Amino acid sequence: MSIYEGETRATGSTLTSAIGKFLKENIREQGMLIALVVITVFFQIWTNGTLLQPLNITNLILQNSYIVVMALGMLMVIVSGHIDLSVGSVAGFTGAVAAVMMVQIELSPFLVVPACLIIGALIGAIQGFWVAYMKIPAFIVTLAGMLVFRGLTLVLLQGQSIGPFPDGFQRLSSGFIPDFVAAGDLHMTTLIIGAILSVLLVYMDLRDRNNQRKFNVTIIPLPIFIFKNVVVVAAIMGLCYQLASYNGLPNVLIALFILIALYTFITKRSVIGRRIYALGGNVRAAKLSGVNTERLTFYTFVNMGMLAALAGMIFAARLNSATPKAGNGFELDVIAAAFIGGASASGGVGTVIGAVIGAFVMGVMNNGMSIVGIGIDWQQAIKGLVLLFAVFFDVLNKKKG
Amino acid sequence: MSGVILEMRNITKTFPGVKALDNVNLVVQEGEIQALVGENGAGKSTLMKVLSGVYPHGSYSGEIFFQGQECRFRDITDSEKLGIVIIHQELALIPTLSIAENLFLGHERSRRGVINWNEAMAMSQELLKKVGLHESPATLVDDIGVGKQQLVEIAKALAKRVKLLILDEPTASLNESDSEALLKLLLQFKAQGISSILISHKLNEVAKVADSITVLRDGATIETLDCHKDSITEERIIRGMVGRDITHRFPPRTANIGDTIFEVRDWTVYHPIHSNRKVVDGANFQVRRGEIVGIAGLMGSGRTEFAMSIFGRAYGTHISGTVYKHGKAVDVSTIGKAIANGIAYATEDRKTYGLVLIQDVKNNTTLANLKAISNNSVINQPKELVVANEYRDNLNIRCSNVLQKTLNLSGGNQQKVVLSKWLFANPEILLLDEPTRGIDVGAKYEIYTIINRLASEGKGIVVVSSELPEILGLCDRIYVMSQGKIVTEMTAASASQEAIMTSIMQQQEPLAKQEQKESQTV
Repeated sequence: MSIYEGETRATGSTLTSAIGKFLKENIREQGMLIALVVITVFFQIWTNGTLLQPLNITNLILQNSYIVVMALGMLMVIVSGHIDLSVGSVAGFTGAVAAVMMVQIELSPFLVVPACLIIGALIGAIQGFWVAYMKIPAFIVTLAGMLVFRGLTLVLLQGQSIGPFPDGFQRLSSGFIPDFVAAGDLHMTTLIIGAILSVLLVYMDLRDRNNQRKFNVTIIPLPIFIFKNVVVVAAIMGLCYQLASYNGLPNVLIALFILIALYTFITKRSVIGRRIYALGGNVRAAKLSGVNTERLTFYTFVNMGMLAALAGMIFAARLNSATPKAGNGFELDVIAAAFIGGASASGGVGTVIGAVIGAFVMGVMNNGMSIVGIGIDWQQAIKGLVLLFAVFFDVLNKKKG
Repeated sequence: MSGVILEMRNITKTFPGVKALDNVNLVVQEGEIQALVGENGAGKSTLMKVLSGVYPHGSYSGEIFFQGQECRFRDITDSEKLGIVIIHQELALIPTLSIAENLFLGHERSRRGVINWNEAMAMSQELLKKVGLHESPATLVDDIGVGKQQLVEIAKALAKRVKLLILDEPTASLNESDSEALLKLLLQFKAQGISSILISHKLNEVAKVADSITVLRDGATIETLDCHKDSITEERIIRGMVGRDITHRFPPRTANIGDTIFEVRDWTVYHPIHSNRKVVDGANFQVRRGEIVGIAGLMGSGRTEFAMSIFGRAYGTHISGTVYKHGKAVDVSTIGKAIANGIAYATEDRKTYGLVLIQDVKNNTTLANLKAISNNSVINQPKELVVANEYRDNLNIRCSNVLQKTLNLSGGNQQKVVLSKWLFANPEILLLDEPTRGIDVGAKYEIYTIINRLASEGKGIVVVSSELPEILGLCDRIYVMSQGKIVTEMTAASASQEAIMTSIMQQQEPLAKQEQKESQTV
């Protein structure tokens, strides 16, 4: 059975059926992206166009950046077959540490940011040690961590908020990239970066497609390939245009792009990523194939801790103060993002892009519902139902496939 | 024989793209043991799922008559009500519950939701007596061996007032004596008027107990053999299964054996939980270049534990002894080091320990040697595809392409993926634990061919197997293990099934009265 046959047939008169087949097979991966688009359009109409106004888009990105950052780490933790309930508390704690160091001890942000990342990594290492080597279920270890670091945050802040931060630190979250090309009302650098990014993505997709063809792997039908790339480019350029007509690209968005690209690469192309999926898919088989499963689990928690610390600092910088309540309930949004994005609770399945989409599904809903004036009470209830139905949809698709 | 208890007429069941059953007919007489044989994928399990109601009425075409009544089962409960009980290959017992709790799971002896434990215990004792299991009903299922668990399953079927008992590969994980006991039990049931359908790959057992044999091939009934009229040999059954004579069950081979490349000295391993129990006791062992060495022994003799402990201490504690390769002591203290030193171990349980089932053929093939397809920890995806395709072609893995999930492959093809993984790791010593368990005759032959080819390439092969004909047909030299010790070493020329069994039994006799439990690996 050669794959060639399938390909030659697809180029013939049965092209439409090939497209149909592709859509059917990939509905699970594309499903949440479509859901995100539908939800966005829905709120765009309901809010009379407020949702996608330049100012609000900028807000939307800033509001969700720390959830996205943590979702990247959470995705890897969940894929490896574990869970981390402590991320909200750890984020709050590192935000508090950063505030104490910068505001009370008056250390430079250039020293404090790396120091806090290291502290986050250490916290992850401690929890990872218990999970990986002492074989305590991650649910228990991180539940304990959630309480411990929530408590330590209160101890550190003594119930008070600490702020404001030095300018440089605030810009981590509220700053925008400078405009190098001054021309009219639009932020030209933003548009140029958008264009470069578009070209890069299309180029990489083309290269993958060529590779797939070379090695006889079934490829996406051409019309879908073109459609997909047109949509992606339109989305990027639309976003950049809207941002350019406000203050341009927020610094955070640049950081997010870099992190998303990095983690996509790690999960899809690196040996470590491959091993994490194998570990989550069947830990015993991975172990008997020479994968050091304990060490790998340990490092996924170290990574999670570091990203939680980064998220904590972004959040603190955005509020311009560290508060005792910072990070409360973040873990639920982060875990929900990963699951909405298609990660499997039993491990071994999930994508970085999925988790990012999941985070924005939650984010757009939060934002949209706030604009139309739905209270926080109903927001919670609706979000809960969305999580349930998203995972139900996923299970349903798996059954069919 | 008072007549027909079950008749399945013209059963056709299609899955998207495949016709799994094509006008299958099956007739079971009252009080007989009917064997159902066929290669993997022949449709045996599908047929039994239709019969037991897993596939409800309407999802297949054809008719089922049980005791003269037409049956339209909506689910398993419907079929169980009539006394049709199926015991699957993977036992459906809950290890953390007691025997009694398992026996009545789903139909507890209760009144208004309150369980009457006295009644349940008394009934359990009676049921256990019937199946010849001398254990307290309060014992946890986890604490008894696989053989006894199988008996609990059968007792559970009796509790449901079984009239037709269906056993799917009941002896696949049992040792010889447990298998023997189980088959005797079936004969006993037959005398009591309970009919059975026995699905098995072990044709010698089938020939021993069956009254009639129905052969399935490619979803169709090929023939039904009456064991009382004709004398049925294994060769005769195989001919029906594969549609041709397999005159040689083992491919021919000329051994080209060189120097000793691998040696294990004074290897002792203790049980990981009961750490005062020796599982392997002072074993000495050698493999030469190009040689296929067999390890024979009953289940629980320590053969799997021996192989796994050599492979980076994947089993056991307090391991002592030395491993030599080319005369030099090598460090095999972790699995990573064992692989780096050219040792590979293909597990007996490929679904649990061998494959990442939710991943594709490609990822499973390269998992043990990702270094070879990556630069600076970045996977070279084109190269990986080339490698995966190469192994697929070399080992003749039947899959639509290498991106197909291993979950959807047949047992034989799954085993070939496991072999691919270890061949790609490029070992010098290959430990193969039950390399053909649960695989049909045709695929077995292919696996044997691969093993022979590897030996001729100069690798040292160790085959652990509970099937003595396999050991005898494949190996150059045979070690016999019993009670954790290597009791005999014999050359293939001087070995026979009788000789191997005799040396096992001689070792066992002094300990025969001591109860023997199969040790759970890892």
